[in-house]
Amino acid sequence: MADDQKDLYYTKDLPVPETPPAGKEPAPWEKTNVIGKRKPRVDGYERVSGTAVYPSDVTLPRMLYGAVLRCPHPHAKVRKVDISAAEKLPGVRTVLTNDDPAARVKWRWAKGHEVLLFDPHCRFEGEAVAAVAADTPQQASDALHAIQVDYEILPFVVDERKALESGAAKVHSGGNQVKKDSYSRGDVAAGFAEASAVREREFRTEAELHTPLELHGCVANWDGDSLSIWESTQGVYAVQSKVAKTLGLPLSKVRVIGHYLGGGFGSKLEPGKYTVIAALLAKQVARPVKLFLSREETFLCVGNRPPANMKIKVGAKRDGTLTALEFVASGTGGAYPAGGTAILDWLVRDLYTCANVRCETTDIFINGGPARPFRAPGHPQCSWALEQIMDELAEELGMDPVELRLKNIPKVSQGRGGIPYTTTGLEECIRQGAEAFNWQQARQAAQQANQSGSHLKRGVGMGSCVWFVGGGGPPSTVIVKLFADGSVNLNMGASDIGTGTKTVMAMIVAEELGVKPEMIQIENADTGTTQYATPSGGSKTVPTEAPTVRLAAVEVKRQLLQMAAEELGVPVENLRFEGATIAAQGDADKSVKVTALEQLNKRGVAVGVGHRGPNPEKKSVNPFAAQFCEVEVNTKTGEIKVLRFVGTNESGRVMDRLTFDNQVFGGITMGIGLGMTEFRQFDTGQTGKLVNKNWHDYKLPTALDVPLQMTSLPIEMPDPEANNAGAKGLGEPVTIPTAGAIANAVYHATGVRITSSPLNPLQVMRSLTENRREEG
Amino acid sequence: MSKKTGEHDCACGKGLTRRGFLSTAGATTAMVAVGGRVNVNVAQAAATEITSEEMAKVTLEINGRPQRLLVEPRWTLLFVLRDRLGLTGTKVGCERGECGACTVLIDDRPQYACMTLAVEAAGRKITTLEGLMEGEQLGPTQEAFLEEDAFQCGYCTPGQIMAAEGLLRANPAPTAEEIATGMSGNLCRCGAYTHIFNAVKTAAEKNRS
Repeated sequence: MADDQKDLYYTKDLPVPETPPAGKEPAPWEKTNVIGKRKPRVDGYERVSGTAVYPSDVTLPRMLYGAVLRCPHPHAKVRKVDISAAEKLPGVRTVLTNDDPAARVKWRWAKGHEVLLFDPHCRFEGEAVAAVAADTPQQASDALHAIQVDYEILPFVVDERKALESGAAKVHSGGNQVKKDSYSRGDVAAGFAEASAVREREFRTEAELHTPLELHGCVANWDGDSLSIWESTQGVYAVQSKVAKTLGLPLSKVRVIGHYLGGGFGSKLEPGKYTVIAALLAKQVARPVKLFLSREETFLCVGNRPPANMKIKVGAKRDGTLTALEFVASGTGGAYPAGGTAILDWLVRDLYTCANVRCETTDIFINGGPARPFRAPGHPQCSWALEQIMDELAEELGMDPVELRLKNIPKVSQGRGGIPYTTTGLEECIRQGAEAFNWQQARQAAQQANQSGSHLKRGVGMGSCVWFVGGGGPPSTVIVKLFADGSVNLNMGASDIGTGTKTVMAMIVAEELGVKPEMIQIENADTGTTQYATPSGGSKTVPTEAPTVRLAAVEVKRQLLQMAAEELGVPVENLRFEGATIAAQGDADKSVKVTALEQLNKRGVAVGVGHRGPNPEKKSVNPFAAQFCEVEVNTKTGEIKVLRFVGTNESGRVMDRLTFDNQVFGGITMGIGLGMTEFRQFDTGQTGKLVNKNWHDYKLPTALDVPLQMTSLPIEMPDPEANNAGAKGLGEPVTIPTAGAIANAVYHATGVRITSSPLNPLQVMRSLTENRREEG
Repeated sequence: MSKKTGEHDCACGKGLTRRGFLSTAGATTAMVAVGGRVNVNVAQAAATEITSEEMAKVTLEINGRPQRLLVEPRWTLLFVLRDRLGLTGTKVGCERGECGACTVLIDDRPQYACMTLAVEAAGRKITTLEGLMEGEQLGPTQEAFLEEDAFQCGYCTPGQIMAAEGLLRANPAPTAEEIATGMSGNLCRCGAYTHIFNAVKTAAEKNRS
């Protein structure tokens, strides 16, 4: 595994194998027939007809339903669990607690944090205390209610801003600081000294919860000593390795199947305790067990985007050239080390040209559910601060926000010691986005409209981004089989998490072999039958799998051409592959249909294996984006209407324009959530409990919260160095600049800088009122 | 300190919570805009606490076929559809009337199957995603969702399709604003709303042609 791919958040703690050498890489496509078109999904029928079997749809004969009893306190010790009443209830087949030796397996939260599965020391609300299996989910729920637990309730801290104060309750005996990271280059003090304008401000983004529509969970079934798990997961191999290790099973005895999943956004990169609990329950009762969390549980214990407290300072010369950037931030990954400040400072380090940079981040424990990576970890938070301070700086300098950013476009990855990007579309994303948005006119029109004195104020805002990774990389192995009738089977381990992976891969096979995408059957995401893949995260799936699929298809083509050369008596180099037929160049009589190749018919199949080649050395492969939006703020109610959005993305080659646009709109929608509607609220003073653990009180953006005008503008730049498909990741950059862009637009509309997310009516009114008071 | 657990405000075992009731009322209000009629039954039923574990005999008319079933009074229509009848096209997202993943049509109007007890649905015409199919052929709304790529992970999609189908049955030519309002009872965490709007427009056109 290449060093730059090691220990990324989506491969952390995973034993990642190396794939064999890739061999000769094909040249970039010069012209494409299939790639880049608007192609509906190859598995669309299954998804709209209801025939797609998601893990939560799996039902097995004799299957029972599992459920987990969770600690209702943010910090407590379990003294005693009484299951006698629960065991006697109708339909209850087993109750599992820490008193049962079978349950005493070690769960590894992080290195140095290996605890019992039902650890009596519960450090967050929602920690697992016991589990049951029953004939129906209702009976399982009844059993949970009948379990009596004697808790010793301990002091708690759920606000990371207070957790380092003396006297704060300790989450772990060693104190509440997980770690402090720092980074610097150049001389920040000198940079600020040379600046003619300096701006500094504190910002905060609230914790965001993933809440994918399909609940977290699995169905577990034992055949003797072999365990099969149907899990809603982004990576079947990640589940396999953790479950095998936790239960002490050989990898070959743990099969994980995850053909479909109903959303993950990073929260399903890894299995949960629930996976292991389902397996243990199933073992105890010798029957299959389905264990899916309730919606409330998914708010408590399967991850979040940590809150971020950010102090940012920027200095620039009169012409807008940045001279210094300083970023001091803190966050929390909850009760165990879980990346509370992971890559939180990357945009400060890498996005805009600046010689003098200093960053310091402090990760803090609280009695809250552990974080899991959430779509572009750290980035939307940092963007919230960085893009707002850039706008403040532009105002101070009397520059247009777009001009200020264009003044500071780097050609190299400063955060990686100055190595070049293979390509950077940052400048074009900003330039072309501004043009498509009609930025200057819209800005002026809004300013003019706001002179009227109406309580409805208009504003425009923008932001841009680079994404930390997004180039993918080894390992990946893919097998393409072309049958004698011309149909194709594609075998890869990667999950399609909803981004259209399967469709893009079918398009690549279609492009290379000239078969219709409908003739391609895809097997994926099954450790028993498909090849190793790291979980689908980090915007790595297309740039990892696409070049690998292409290599496998090219290998099939090589074999077919070899067969044709022998059968036609023409040297291979004189043959042309035309999809259905192979023809000799300049000799119209000499051609053969692929399905008529004798050797192919004898063997029945041509098998091509592809291995992902390495990424370019000493270069960084990253996608870039910019977003522009227009809002209308009702200054009497605090309501914000997002009127329109333009998203520009440079992600290398566009593979499927239809799924590409869908990602862009989806990322903006999720960014609207972070910026305008979502926040995790603990009862910080009295109980430390989460008070909005449902979608009624925790608001996701609905159809009424997204603008009717959404435009996706891909910036295609050939990137032959990135990989043989020229594709870079897309799924994460699409959500990074959204919230900051909205905040900038709200400032433009109202003249009030709102520094804490979300910009909901309450927050907006509070800020507008405070501002009036200050002015008055 | 000794404390009995069970603070989960779960709506599943012991009747419906107040918040659940409010969500139902909200859903009913949302339907007014679409269907033009207020469905009083749902709100009334939600106010009654049902805890009996006696099995009840019901006949549910699902996708045009009567199904005779023994159900616990507390079983939701969602549970019966998925776990008793194997109709897993209807998805489970929250079981408290917040996300719409379990949307089905009851007498042609979109309703959350998680907020409808199976016993309440007796004698009503229930249509699930499977009921939009003509054999293996997709219905026009399903086709439109496929063509417009109106989903990502696809998990909220059956509910979205049923909401769209219900909207179009009540209003065959909705405006853009009516589409957004009509679809606002269904959450899509992937954020495919823009393509969903396109799909509803396309489905309306398909129905007209």
